[in-house]
Amino acid sequence: MSAGIDSTRGQDPPARSRIRIESDTPVPQTGITGPSVNGHRITAPEVVFDSQDVSIFYGAKQALAGVTLRIRSGQITALIGPSGCGKTTFLRSLNRMNDSVPSFRIEGQILYHGHDIYGGNVDQVEVRRRIGMVFQKPNPFPKSIYDNVAWAPRNLGLKSELDDRVEKALRGAALWDEVKDRLKDSALGLSGGQQQRLCIARAIAIEPSVLLLDEPASALDPIATGAIEELMHSLKGRFTIVIVTHNMQQAARVADRTAFFSLEMSGEKPTGALIEFDDTETIFGRPRDPRTRDYVTGRFG
Amino acid sequence: MSAGIPDPAAPLTPTGNLRRRQVFSKMTEYSATIAAVIAVAVLVIVVFSVIQRGASALSLDFVFTAAPTGIGPELLGTAVIVGLGMVIAMPLGVLIALFLTEYAGNRAAGPIRLTLDLMNGIPSIIIGLFIFGLLVDHKQQSGLAGSVGLAIIMLPLIARGSQEVLLLVPSSIREASDALGVARWRSVLGIIVPSALGGIVTATVLAVARAAGETAPLIFASSLGDPSKFSLNPLEALPNVPVRIFTLSEEGNPEGFAQAWGMSLVLISLILFASLGARALLARSKRKMAG
Repeated sequence: MSAGIDSTRGQDPPARSRIRIESDTPVPQTGITGPSVNGHRITAPEVVFDSQDVSIFYGAKQALAGVTLRIRSGQITALIGPSGCGKTTFLRSLNRMNDSVPSFRIEGQILYHGHDIYGGNVDQVEVRRRIGMVFQKPNPFPKSIYDNVAWAPRNLGLKSELDDRVEKALRGAALWDEVKDRLKDSALGLSGGQQQRLCIARAIAIEPSVLLLDEPASALDPIATGAIEELMHSLKGRFTIVIVTHNMQQAARVADRTAFFSLEMSGEKPTGALIEFDDTETIFGRPRDPRTRDYVTGRFG
Repeated sequence: MSAGIPDPAAPLTPTGNLRRRQVFSKMTEYSATIAAVIAVAVLVIVVFSVIQRGASALSLDFVFTAAPTGIGPELLGTAVIVGLGMVIAMPLGVLIALFLTEYAGNRAAGPIRLTLDLMNGIPSIIIGLFIFGLLVDHKQQSGLAGSVGLAIIMLPLIARGSQEVLLLVPSSIREASDALGVARWRSVLGIIVPSALGGIVTATVLAVARAAGETAPLIFASSLGDPSKFSLNPLEALPNVPVRIFTLSEEGNPEGFAQAWGMSLVLISLILFASLGARALLARSKRKMAG
């Protein structure tokens, strides 16, 4: 599978290219969130995730230490930072995708609308049904385009008006016009960018309230990336979105709030930690922590 | 070490022990090639000699009538015994493979894989003896007892073969279905097994091809079948191809020899076609999985 070759088919409308060209400056001054001072002046939307002093371990190795942050409803929250800083680990612990890692252990609490995600009577399948996830590499099922989207609703008992649901999800993922005439074709024949939008359609078809995106554009070329970013803007408000990205310009373009993670020495070993969490324009414009400033201005990482 | 470093300006012909190393390299290459040729030659010689001696016995009557002119009952009996064996072994084997790949941790999977590999190595005569003690002794011979014996032979082949194709299903697909909030067993039945179905069928066909020629368990379990009578009843001893080949060869009767060769030809053709077909199927499903 090569996203690079596929992208030259030019299935994405040229209008989308605007998004990327303006983005080479790391400090965009265009406000996304409106007037706010350190995120406190405006009436803040409801808290979806309340992470309280969360530490994560893989066996004896501590991957993340003491993360406390609140993710609010309807917003896009970006998690940025250098490789190995624990941002993906944190994201995957929000819908318990780390549970399958045998040595995984979590301390502290992550509350989802006030309910402890790791609480005793919580079912991980139900957690994921409400909190969907899209992965770094597009991973469509080896089925038809239609069945990729329809499979989960069918299994969850959402069988009425399935065709409408599939169309709505594909429209939501800005893919409908490109695939409406070949819904029965294999999803594996789509380009990388189309496959990733199909994965997003698949995730939103069951109407989760949160979408977790783990570097959704890192395997895609710039045109497909632009399409994904535009899509995120259109999904904002309907879904609470948390996105991990290596690409700082991407965080600056799409996110309302940005959390900067980094590696800190705790004793002998480097451990991931949350350095600063604020409005995106603050993180990129006037970060309070010198480590954040060094990172967003490209001095390291 | 300076003695080993050639003059940079010398012509680029071999220096030092390069000639000796090249000879050794060629020898290795040739012996590997010869070994590969021997493997092919053995198969060709076996198949050719079976064709040479068995072809004259072949006719429609030979395949479709009963003794003394034909081997119809034996073919039917083998089909029933092997088919029943497959019905027993395939669901079990696939479930074992699913347990290994989808549910067991490494600690449980290791010993089970080892068990399957050891099971694969059990001599078939011992499986035959086991079946005899369990299902035949003090009772009577039956096709079903033979099926159980063949199922024991097929089980590790199906389980290990299925496990290997299930491992080829990318873990990203498992993650994708997990992340959709769908229970694991639905992911297994709806996504993972269909993705690997081609390989699972292939593993089963290969196991069937292997079991179809197994003689030892059937000598104990189903050797008293009447070769002059067509029968589908697995509760009685069924005539079958491998045992018939064995008994005809023992009799020292030239006509019997000819028939034995003819049966061998039919059996080996069926097995070869099944194996080749299965491999083609596997190649196709792998292509499909790769997109």
